[in-house]
Amino acid sequence: MSINWFKYSSPQTFFPLAGKLALGFGLLALLACGMGLYLGFFVAPTDAQQGEAYRIIFIHVPAAWMSMFLYVVMAFWGGIGLAFNTRLSGMMASAIAPTGALFTFIALWTGSFWGKPTWGTWWVWDARLTSELILLFLYFGFMALQASIDDPRRADRAGAVLALVGVVNVPIIYFSVKWWNTLHQGASVSLTKAPSMAATMLTGMLIMSFGFWFYSIAAVLLRARCIMLVRERSADWAGQYARGAA
Amino acid sequence: MSWGSLDNFLAMGGYGLYVWGSYAVTLLLIAAELVVLARRKRNAVNRIQ
Repeated sequence: MSINWFKYSSPQTFFPLAGKLALGFGLLALLACGMGLYLGFFVAPTDAQQGEAYRIIFIHVPAAWMSMFLYVVMAFWGGIGLAFNTRLSGMMASAIAPTGALFTFIALWTGSFWGKPTWGTWWVWDARLTSELILLFLYFGFMALQASIDDPRRADRAGAVLALVGVVNVPIIYFSVKWWNTLHQGASVSLTKAPSMAATMLTGMLIMSFGFWFYSIAAVLLRARCIMLVRERSADWAGQYARGAA
Repeated sequence: MSWGSLDNFLAMGGYGLYVWGSYAVTLLLIAAELVVLARRKRNAVNRIQ
């Protein structure tokens, strides 16, 4: 039996698959976020130190994780596109950037709304906050660079180089709380030691993370479909789809 | 976790502004992204026709 590994590497075959996957992951996201929010607001207890303010954690931490994860995936697709010159890779990288920027902004915004009641300030120039802000600018830079280049294949390559160079910022964000003295607390959850919070809080946060993850997959696939349609607009399959959708 | 009343739930122990300010903006941005995506798709289809 032979498997055609490249079956879904062409827009024509990937387009319908992406549509089905987006619907599935969208539903999973709804389910996970519903469960996560229920746990977060109706099961998880009040925090002994922070009172109810800590409930921001259920979106803040998942959004921050997604902001870094999506950047790495974007750089990965950029790199694959550079190495193998595959069309779809560049489209995937472009499709990820706005959702990555969205979660970076959410992480910064919710962090600010959490910092005010607990630290007494909306913003400090500490290493964690500053490097996360740089991440937002990297996403914006990636999108601005791609938007400024007319030829999509050249835009893909330029974006990929920027994404790959910028990926160095991700470990800086992640380890910033260890490398520098930051007002931002250290990791509450890590692979090497037991998490420093109640089990229901942790479960709620992890389920919300899955929810954001599923949402990101759905949103990225929907955007990738738009990009495929525009770039392949003269292809037969795109014409057929457009006639069917009308 | 029992809140007792809707008022207590909305007050979030005095942190209502911060908790709901975070959740509202997150929800709004995600909704906006979905609207933008739907519009972008429609434009892409219209461009082909």
